[in-house]
Amino acid sequence: MANENPIKEVRLTPIRNGTVIDHIACGQALNVIKILGINENNIYSSISIGMHVSSATLGGWKDIVKIEDMELDSKTAEKIALIAPDATISIVRDFYVAEKYKVDLGERVIGLARCSNPNCITNKGEPIDTEFQVISRYPTQLRCCYCDRVLMNVSDNLL
Amino acid sequence: MSQTIRLILLRLRNDEREQSDGSLYSLYPHAIVVIMDLYHKDVVSIMDFSKDDIEGILDMAEKMVPYAKGEKIKRTLDGKILGNLFFEPSTRTKLSFESAAYRLGCDVIDVSEMSMTSMAKGETLADTIKIVDAYCDATVLRHPFEGAARLAAKFSEHPVINAGDGASSHPTQTLLDLFTMRRAKGSLDGLKITLVGDLKYGRTVHSLAQALTKFGMDITLVAPESLMMPKDIIDHLESCGSRPRIITDLEDAVSQSDVLYVTRIQRERFPDPSEYLKVAGTYRIDNALLAHGKSDLIVMHPLPRVNEIAPEVDSTPHAKYFEQAANGVPVRMALLNALLGGEL
Repeated sequence: MANENPIKEVRLTPIRNGTVIDHIACGQALNVIKILGINENNIYSSISIGMHVSSATLGGWKDIVKIEDMELDSKTAEKIALIAPDATISIVRDFYVAEKYKVDLGERVIGLARCSNPNCITNKGEPIDTEFQVISRYPTQLRCCYCDRVLMNVSDNLL
Repeated sequence: MSQTIRLILLRLRNDEREQSDGSLYSLYPHAIVVIMDLYHKDVVSIMDFSKDDIEGILDMAEKMVPYAKGEKIKRTLDGKILGNLFFEPSTRTKLSFESAAYRLGCDVIDVSEMSMTSMAKGETLADTIKIVDAYCDATVLRHPFEGAARLAAKFSEHPVINAGDGASSHPTQTLLDLFTMRRAKGSLDGLKITLVGDLKYGRTVHSLAQALTKFGMDITLVAPESLMMPKDIIDHLESCGSRPRIITDLEDAVSQSDVLYVTRIQRERFPDPSEYLKVAGTYRIDNALLAHGKSDLIVMHPLPRVNEIAPEVDSTPHAKYFEQAANGVPVRMALLNALLGGEL
């Protein structure tokens, strides 16, 4: 029997001011929220999260996050690149996209993740930033410049 | 100028390898420039060195042999001071560095226990290194944490030499291993080598395996499953063009090898002692096993050994491990000489 009252498709609503993080690798939206450091005690505007949204550019599915009244700094964008190397960031002001750029995962990652090797000198309270060489982008794999251990599960080791 | 001479020497080394030791140095009295590229360089990982760098050090080590034995005397590093920081037990590495330094006229200051330093009071390694660096011309560091030597190199103006950092690497051991193989076999290129024992925690085999890829060696890995070489190191070997063979049958591996490199299963690296007991004594090298090998098979071991090589092997022509330990002196003399700018 045909449904006489079909549910309308829900889309993420546009934001007036804030940041749209699009083309996030599928399943990483909540990790992006974690990187942004957002929790119920420090956010007073709306956040929209779209997961498993169809995407032409990522060849199937993507995640998307919209945050009202927050603009990302470059360090946060670098961190997002670690788990979503294809993400784009749009800064929205008064409903218009004022800036748009793609996150950039460079050759080296400094001070953004911890080494997964508990015996690595970077985990022993020394006055140094962690440093990794990017050895793979899909999926992200980093080699510790100190102990040479390869970090595969980046999202669990973000600083 | 030095680059020009370096290029000439390398070309001649390729074309006239058999002459590369004696005649080249007489043709080019300043031939030491071949390894002068290492002047003031840190020695943290063997992967920081090119094949030419390694060959240059081994060539110089060859020239150092009579000096290492005391048959000739030359104080090329007179007035220099070496800082030996050993925060883990060591016999061969520490003593051979000291011997190498003294043979070249270099003085040594040393610390053998972390409890004897301000680190026991909570000082960071970074601060300790800065202080020691101010007291000497180069620092040798052995430390229980992986990456400690890389950190030390960042905080030191003078060269830092990694004498073993946790389970990570031990580049000077690798140099003396290669020196021993080259002396026994004439050349390193294309040799078939089997690494057996603790390939997971053994830093010597991690460094060695990486160096072997530079010489196109055929590598076989034999270890209990729980002590197999870490996947990221095997991946790295493969990315360098090597295709290591992983097997459990040591007899098969021995029959095809030119070099059998044995390591101790290290009780001190096991978080759980019961895990150690499960694998201790898995592989034992004795004359019955070596009977399956080639007559010129050499057996190497970084030492100390416990029971993985039977004493009966010591008196056979296969045994090279004591000679290997002795080679630590000329190789470390060559390295110190190159890093500190000594002339021979």
